[in-house]
Amino acid sequence: MAAIMKELIKHEVAPQIMRGARIVCEALMREGVDTIFGYPGGVVLPIYDELLSLEDKLKHILVRHEQGAMHMAEGYAKATGKVGVVLVTSGPGATNTVTGIANAYMDSTPIVIITGQVPCALIGNDAFQEVDTVGITRPCTKYNYLVREARELPAIIKEAFHLAQTGRPGPVLIDIPKDVCMQNAPFIYPEAVAAPGYEPQTFGEVEKVKQAVAKMLAARRPVLYIGGGVIHANAFDEVVELAESLALPVTPTLMGLGGFPSGHPLALGMLGMHGMYWANMAISEADLIVAIGARFDDRVTGALNKFAPRAEIIHVDIDPTSISKNVRAHIGITGDARSVLRQMLAELKAGEIAIDKNRLVDWWAQIEGWKAYAPLKVEKSEDVIMPQHLIHELHRLTKGDAIITTDVGQHQMWLAQHYPFNGPRQNITSGGLGTMGFGFPAALGAQLAHPEKQVIAFVGDGGFQMTSQELATAVLAGANVKIIIMNNNFLGMVRQLQDMFYDKKYASVNLSGNPDFVKLAEAYGATGLRATHPDELRDVLARGLATPGVVVMDIVVAENLNVYPMVPAGAGLKEMILN
Amino acid sequence: MKHTISVLVEDRFGELPRIIGLFSARGQVIESLTVSPTLEAKISSLTIVTSGDEPTIEKMVKVLNKQVRVLSAFDVTKLDHIEREMAFIKVKVNSETERQKVLNLASVFNAKVVDASEEGFIIEATGDCNTVRGLITALKPLGVQEVVRTGAVAIQRLPEAAEKMVSGF
Repeated sequence: MAAIMKELIKHEVAPQIMRGARIVCEALMREGVDTIFGYPGGVVLPIYDELLSLEDKLKHILVRHEQGAMHMAEGYAKATGKVGVVLVTSGPGATNTVTGIANAYMDSTPIVIITGQVPCALIGNDAFQEVDTVGITRPCTKYNYLVREARELPAIIKEAFHLAQTGRPGPVLIDIPKDVCMQNAPFIYPEAVAAPGYEPQTFGEVEKVKQAVAKMLAARRPVLYIGGGVIHANAFDEVVELAESLALPVTPTLMGLGGFPSGHPLALGMLGMHGMYWANMAISEADLIVAIGARFDDRVTGALNKFAPRAEIIHVDIDPTSISKNVRAHIGITGDARSVLRQMLAELKAGEIAIDKNRLVDWWAQIEGWKAYAPLKVEKSEDVIMPQHLIHELHRLTKGDAIITTDVGQHQMWLAQHYPFNGPRQNITSGGLGTMGFGFPAALGAQLAHPEKQVIAFVGDGGFQMTSQELATAVLAGANVKIIIMNNNFLGMVRQLQDMFYDKKYASVNLSGNPDFVKLAEAYGATGLRATHPDELRDVLARGLATPGVVVMDIVVAENLNVYPMVPAGAGLKEMILN
Repeated sequence: MKHTISVLVEDRFGELPRIIGLFSARGQVIESLTVSPTLEAKISSLTIVTSGDEPTIEKMVKVLNKQVRVLSAFDVTKLDHIEREMAFIKVKVNSETERQKVLNLASVFNAKVVDASEEGFIIEATGDCNTVRGLITALKPLGVQEVVRTGAVAIQRLPEAAEKMVSGF
């Protein structure tokens, strides 16, 4: 109350009374929102009614399915670090967002989702398009709200944005009944949030940082293992500085790709199930693992009882529940990746500690030996396009500077292995949830956030068909987004599992019946191109990337390839199948 | 092993299912749950009894603490604490001997008779969960008809220094 009084005095004039729907829009503008991905329906019409008059400030992108809106918002958020915003109606509108919400939750993406709800008086009556949205989304949001009065809206929206983007970022959902949108209330936007139980820790405990630095200096076989957290925290420069000061080998997770320059001499490439042989060997033989903003996911560690048996673990993460969740940390430091890295760098400098340049000579020699023993295999063919060759050509044309989004599966792993990302926020993929259909809408979201950048959706033929209707959205938005379909006519990763572990019995993985993707593109008013032979590849990619607007490149690749190396599920990281 | 977790949470609708959901999502059984207001307005206290090994409970407490509206969560079992629960036990008696046996047991367990009839008693028992369970077990052969239990509440004991003062060391 005191805060409201203070606000009133500051305003000198009485606050504006407006209806709930308008308050929503005003609050979004206060939060710096410029783009909303959404789909209308009965109970959100009051908000759409307001949006029409605010078109120049709050651009609304009309999607073709609510899941697409979520992935677009995620692409937007991942590319910028800003909060993505989604607006959908009640019932099916809300349930259609759930896959995207779960995806954002797993990959810690800041998104605010506004869902309409049936009027308060009808809640619980099985009303038309009623569903318990907060109940359904509770386990896959960082927090969610059911608004009961319009006057609650400003504080809730302020808090939702705060929660979404601070600490470990994540999706936050606000469910707004229709009558709340119609109610009048004063628009008083709070300056601060009142959440006494929510205080994310920024800086690491000083004593632990000191211990960690001492361990790094003493280690003889150290590895720096970085995850998506370094990208969320914008800690790229700090990671580079720490790695360079101590000559640490750096291995990123799938989500950490681009958190360290891939072409750097200290870069080992990705670790884990489809990681580099030498990265997995290094982590397995390490005496010290320094994990920053990573969560020891099962796709990274393999069998936990065989993971890094000789290593001490330093684990830095903004989320205390990630520390010692899967692998027990010897030193667990809760804090923001960039802040803690800066603390570590300051500690290194303050001590004026002489770093023995030769201390890691043997370790690096061993890593180079592993590299030479099992380099990444690139299969070659004169007759058929090899996926790895496709990615190398893509890299040649984009020089590692493009933003590339992927779905989940073989194409995703090959890209992670073969496309050296130069920097952060270029690799946008569905990591934790592994959602097919993520890549293309995410690319559209990223492209709308960065119209000047080259944005490419690198997807499979299976995944693309899960959200291909967003071609309409892309064409309508005039987006300059390029879609490369790595078309092997199969659900490749599932086929690979059947090939290796189910006696080559290929159940339900053949995608015969795929549409003609070139015609599909043209049907939506986009450009469609196809390459079926290695001789055509260069030209099609070059033309496709140079053609303005939405371009679908159907690249027909070899059908029966597996991604190697591979650590079978449940095996130790050293038990890699190399080919 | 059994653990008692104490949680302070902002009193808002939807917080209870959120906390319960953290247990159910992990296949973690809640043996008892007590929710009550605290001295502070708009803050509720939860006492949750659950089973699990140390790492499981440690993770659970961390996850509880991470919740936006949770002000604090800790495993009381690790601390020097007092824990109590209450039960109503409906016992049937068929003879005067049985009647005497029930009354004797109740008195041994410091339990109270809160209702009585020709057919039997309702006994109010308070104690830690072992005491309450002990009384129920002892009464069973006599014909326990119904039991309702509150679930545990727990509080940390006074600091050692203060305790020593009271007990005269």
